[in-house]
Amino acid sequence: MTTAPSAANRAPAQTGRSILVRVLRCDGPGKPSRWEEFKVPVEKSANVISVLQYIAANPVTAQGQPTTPVVWDSGCLEEVCGACTMVINGKVRQSCSCLIDEYAPREGDVMTLEPMSKFPVIRDLWVDRSRMFHNLKRVKAWVPIDGTHNLGAGPREAPGNQEQRYVMSTCMACGCCLEACPQFTLEGDEKKWDEAFLGAHAINQARLFNAHETGKALARERLDQLAGPGGVNDCGNAQNCVKVCPKKIPLTESIAAMGRAVTVHGIKRFFGL
Amino acid sequence: MGSEHRVIVVGGGLAGLAASVRVAEAGLAVDLFSMVPVRRSHSVCAQGGINACNEVARQQGYSEYEHFDETIYGGDFLADQHPVLEMANWAPRIIDLLDRMGVPFNRTSEGYRDLRLFGGSLFKRTHFAGATTGQQLLYALDEQTRRYESEGKVTKYEFWEFLWPIVEGGRCVGIVAQDLRTMQIRAFRADAVVMATGGCGLVFGKSTNSVICTGAAAARCYQAGAWYGNPEMIQVHPTAIPGADKTRLMSESARGEGGRVWVPRKAGDKRRPKDIPESERFYFLEEKYPAYGNIVPRDIATREIFDICVNQGMGVWGENQVFLDLSHLPASTHHKLEGILEIYKKFAGEDPQHEPMRIFPSVHYSMGGMWTTFVKGSYNPAQARAKHKSGTAAPIGAEPGQGMLAGDPRNMVTNIPGLYAFGEVNFAYHGANRLGANALLSCLFDGLFCGLSVVNWVRNEAPSKAPAAKMAQGVFDAAVAREQAKAKRILDTVTGPGAVEAAVNPYAIGKELGDEMTAACTVVRSEARLKQCQSKLASLRERYAKLRLADSAGWTNQSFTYTRAVGDMLILAEAIALGALERRESRGAHYRTDFPERNDEKFMKSSVTKFDPASRTTRLEWQEIDASLILPTARTYGKKDVSAAGKPAAMAGAGV
Repeated sequence: MTTAPSAANRAPAQTGRSILVRVLRCDGPGKPSRWEEFKVPVEKSANVISVLQYIAANPVTAQGQPTTPVVWDSGCLEEVCGACTMVINGKVRQSCSCLIDEYAPREGDVMTLEPMSKFPVIRDLWVDRSRMFHNLKRVKAWVPIDGTHNLGAGPREAPGNQEQRYVMSTCMACGCCLEACPQFTLEGDEKKWDEAFLGAHAINQARLFNAHETGKALARERLDQLAGPGGVNDCGNAQNCVKVCPKKIPLTESIAAMGRAVTVHGIKRFFGL
Repeated sequence: MGSEHRVIVVGGGLAGLAASVRVAEAGLAVDLFSMVPVRRSHSVCAQGGINACNEVARQQGYSEYEHFDETIYGGDFLADQHPVLEMANWAPRIIDLLDRMGVPFNRTSEGYRDLRLFGGSLFKRTHFAGATTGQQLLYALDEQTRRYESEGKVTKYEFWEFLWPIVEGGRCVGIVAQDLRTMQIRAFRADAVVMATGGCGLVFGKSTNSVICTGAAAARCYQAGAWYGNPEMIQVHPTAIPGADKTRLMSESARGEGGRVWVPRKAGDKRRPKDIPESERFYFLEEKYPAYGNIVPRDIATREIFDICVNQGMGVWGENQVFLDLSHLPASTHHKLEGILEIYKKFAGEDPQHEPMRIFPSVHYSMGGMWTTFVKGSYNPAQARAKHKSGTAAPIGAEPGQGMLAGDPRNMVTNIPGLYAFGEVNFAYHGANRLGANALLSCLFDGLFCGLSVVNWVRNEAPSKAPAAKMAQGVFDAAVAREQAKAKRILDTVTGPGAVEAAVNPYAIGKELGDEMTAACTVVRSEARLKQCQSKLASLRERYAKLRLADSAGWTNQSFTYTRAVGDMLILAEAIALGALERRESRGAHYRTDFPERNDEKFMKSSVTKFDPASRTTRLEWQEIDASLILPTARTYGKKDVSAAGKPAAMAGAGV
């Protein structure tokens, strides 16, 4: 960071320092995991990505053992694509926005990097989150438009409704909410996904599309899905999801709203409405 | 539709998804390839908005035609004009469609779509969803694609990398691709291939682009014989936050919503910005460009900021940075910009609601790209018209088909029949400089409008008689074998794990490539520096030929994937440097200190680069452009000469 006036309000980090980065590595599905340590010099405005870039170019452990570059998933590096999510010092978050000056401000400070535990590891820190996208199909997270032909504008919308939808729609499918959820568990078998808990991410998307004038056309089908196995009733109300969401999406509100909607939907169905 | 026809789309950003939706809707099977889950594509990073004429602006005198005129003028008269006209005319329809898909566009109190001001226009014509418009548009297309996927009309290949186009009988009949997890290399047949693989920011090392934007896919098509147009036209965005791993964009919407760019009038002034009184602040863009002020086009803002910092030594606190000040704006405006203010807060550790941001230009977008054709539409005046006077009646209406002939298979196809290029990866629309909020538009326009061209190619032309599905297997096997051999050559360099010396370390070569291209081929260019750059590139290619990899894994070998891309980036860099050298003039984003003026007579032409596989060298040809609609004029944006010392020194501006 610059030393000029009005610099960051955080405690000044030592310049020219090195930190110790512990990485939980795994060569592939079914292979054993192991810890490796790397001594990494910290440059100005370093983040976990630049640390991993350093390791990729210099794959030698702190003990001087030659190794292979660490594999990880990343994309935009601006915290809008969701790709680089991992468990850092025990907490799930995006690695791009994880600044070393905040996490390891002093010489020799230690940071730990682990892959998310609720998704199958592909290699090292890279996990397979395709189940999240599968779950978006389960809740039909789309507006059923008639086609791409020129049919005029969409429905007018009050600013308040737009604001509410916008926040819900900033979900980048990063998986933080699922990593933190006690009810969402690792499931490597695709055949079991349709019965397993959807999680906050997909429930929020169901609410998002039920809140759209045209999206509502599929509201009943979404509620049927949420009422079924792995639906909204599987939520244990731990409320961890909302605490770890990097986009501050009101996930517990979404779960509560969908819970109520499922109840009303069930009563209506009971009376054949 | 018979199931024998398939279309491959490479890239799952806005252009690729729009193409997938359009082609699938027309009834052809789509195979969609992406290195990442498509929802994580780089379009997600676009912030400010998407331009289109709208009813409010229209009633103030704006028109689709003026949008067209702004885009041509903004691009410094380098773009072929007919495609731009068609794009501007379609823009309102595209906004309507995205609106129907559920994009949460910001709303007015009456529930209409809200609008903001953007660079290069005096009218509010930019539609937006907070400050994450690209994300919201991408998600809408991602959702529509998922709908088709669940109906079996689109098959996704995510975490697959495009390696090579398969060309047989003079047309593209498929691709070779590799699964980035299993490392399996295989061929896929198709009757048309749409490249929608975005930009090449990583050629410059740090840029605002995502880590996947290496340009390697375009470079591979280029090496396979596809031409590459205007490679030298690289947009350097004026306002980005420098970082250790990349630079992060601060959207033009920050200025469109009232953000002001300034430096202290006194060089080296160490005071906090709040302690510097108004009279001692140099709002250099506002003083030099009274009409447009902070929303001059990007190339101009970039050069002015560069000049203030590098030439005049007036950067804030003696560093290469200027203030982008939003601290005077009301909370409601901050709210509309929340997405980007959060980024600054997270990565720079300061709150832009109270402290001015510190920013510097960074590589952002490639106007150049794969060379493509088009077929002119019905509007063909006997003579090109003078530049449109802002706010006056348009000479023509906005009926479709005037700019490009809808559905013609030649729209946005490369010189290889059946191989299309959509979105940032082609060289159409933006000329020598792209206007803010026109990128999302061109991506969607290509996918939606030219998607039909792909369908018609498959249904009515060569593939209808000889579908790729029925071709002999040999050509596909041979293409796979070639890619396997290339991969083996790189993997065979591994002698064991551990550090590799810098001279042959692919990461070191990649970093040096980025540093060199940023130094020689961005804001300021010159003959001497570009020649130096060419010899540096030659030495990097020699080092690359002797590279050593540290990982021999046959599973998810990320450093292998990166290393292969570096080889392709080196080829693309050569085309960029050659274009920059041969274009001995200044135009748009391309500024030559030794040729500071625009030279229409010699260079109002596309530079078209072609790769010779035998000698592995790049050559460049000049090609006439379609300038049949608007006559070129000087591109001044009403500039005045001012100095930091005080008031404007002379009234040099010619008005806007």
